[in-house]
Amino acid sequence: MKRVYVNEQWCLGCHLCEYNCAYANSGVDDMVKALKGKQIFPNVHIEEADGVTYAVSCRHCKDPLCVKSCIAGAISVKDGTVVIDKSKCVGCLTCVLVCPYGAVAPGPDGAASKCELCMQNTCGEPACVKGCPNAAIVYEERQERA
Amino acid sequence: MNGYVLIGNGVAAAGCIEGIRSVDSDTPITVISKEKHEVYSRPLISYYLEGKTTISKMNYRPKDFYKKNKVTVIYGNAVSADMKAKEVTLDNGEKIGCKAVCIAAGSEPFVPPFEGLDTVEKKFTFMTIDDTLALEKAIGKKSRVLIVGAGLIGLKCAEGIAKRVASVTVCDLADRVLSSILDNECAGVMQKHLEKNGISFMLGDTVKRFDKNNAVMKSGKKAEFDVLVLAVGVRANTQLAKDAGCDTDRGIMIDTSMKTSIDGIYAAGDCTQGFDSSTGENRVLAILPNAYMQGRCAGINMAGGSSEINDAIPMNSIGFFGLHCVSAGSCPETSEVFEEKEKNSIRRLFIKDGRLAGYIIIGDVSRAGIYTSLVREKTPLDEIDVRRMKISPSLTIYSKEIRRKKLGGVV
Repeated sequence: MKRVYVNEQWCLGCHLCEYNCAYANSGVDDMVKALKGKQIFPNVHIEEADGVTYAVSCRHCKDPLCVKSCIAGAISVKDGTVVIDKSKCVGCLTCVLVCPYGAVAPGPDGAASKCELCMQNTCGEPACVKGCPNAAIVYEERQERA
Repeated sequence: MNGYVLIGNGVAAAGCIEGIRSVDSDTPITVISKEKHEVYSRPLISYYLEGKTTISKMNYRPKDFYKKNKVTVIYGNAVSADMKAKEVTLDNGEKIGCKAVCIAAGSEPFVPPFEGLDTVEKKFTFMTIDDTLALEKAIGKKSRVLIVGAGLIGLKCAEGIAKRVASVTVCDLADRVLSSILDNECAGVMQKHLEKNGISFMLGDTVKRFDKNNAVMKSGKKAEFDVLVLAVGVRANTQLAKDAGCDTDRGIMIDTSMKTSIDGIYAAGDCTQGFDSSTGENRVLAILPNAYMQGRCAGINMAGGSSEINDAIPMNSIGFFGLHCVSAGSCPETSEVFEEKEKNSIRRLFIKDGRLAGYIIIGDVSRAGIYTSLVREKTPLDEIDVRRMKISPSLTIYSKEIRRKKLGGVV
């Protein structure tokens, strides 16, 4: 399946992916209204150390620890995409405890939130990828490594 | 045709069903459920009392789970498993033929024989939906609640009812809260936060005897209450396994493929004593992720597949009144400790033999899973950037090459 992948060498560290993600998942039509003056809770985040930057978001693991560990049965795999049923999530953050990528975080309502490849919003394709000015994040099919 | 029989209907059983069905889509599965509920998320009972979830949302799996997986659920009590006769017997005499059994019988609250306990009118344990609904009925705005036990169960109960009762007092023989997962100082931070939110404590003290609505403590102190919650501890349900000939200790002894010492009998979840890779010893690891993973592993093996768990570690994520706490692995006394402290937060890393043996974080728990994976995978610290690890959990601790695999490959 298609996943979001990161080309570290192309990342400019501009953080646009974070804003585009927060906007796409805000449910608001206007980007300014969605983001201005608000604390944002993007499902992708930029990490930075010694001049290197790159984006991190859910890897949609084949055998996801978050799904197996969720105490509420709120995380499941739908057609390869790891999704959270926020109405079931109680915000215990066991998923944060187990995700080896640091790709799950509490959202604005306290429920856990993560990248769902923009399948659950109106964007239609991952907003982080669409808005990346330097192709540092891509959405494509890649082969499993041997 | 003899099928698979699962004794228990909790999360480990759900994992077992999914494990079996990943290998064998047809052989019948029978689940014997003591509780008259479909599989639900037990740790959510306190969130229910707090109003953060509902009984129907507590279902661990969708409504069609049993049907879709061709599972027959019998609401009843299994009393024995005989692998020579290949049958499981219920307390009503019904016998069910089986080719393999998974004991996923969980644990029971342990209630010490307190003097005078029989004189207490409103007393409850706090493990199941039924316990919870009974407790809910008994409490009101004017209730003074005494909880015996300052562990995970007792304190989650305290949080769950805090806003619905007049007062909550928690006592424990241990001199600190959450003594099974937190060290002294971390426990102190949590206790302070709980006190700020209205919970009172009587620690290092326990009940000597009850007299109706009064508890007389060992110290001589007295506590008056209307409702009593007993959350002293839990005991693994091992009796059926023991009677079937399985080796048991504090739990049912299992190997890394969830086999017990009796051929054809597997066990999973809170009733088991399995391999803890953080200490190298066998112990009861009664945590939900472990129950699911053990159940699934058992199911795969019962159905003829091949699965093994050799990286189980203790780990917990728990929050009280908005303050979160995560921990994983062990904190050996001989380890090198790195820590960072602020007023309401602590981050403490335990480093031993060139590995991250364990950690505790209170406060900002963001990306803590990166630390957990270092513990679980026993990553040699000379392969990562320890300086950055100490700053915060992030993927910057890895080399470019490892990061490329993690973020650029199928994982």
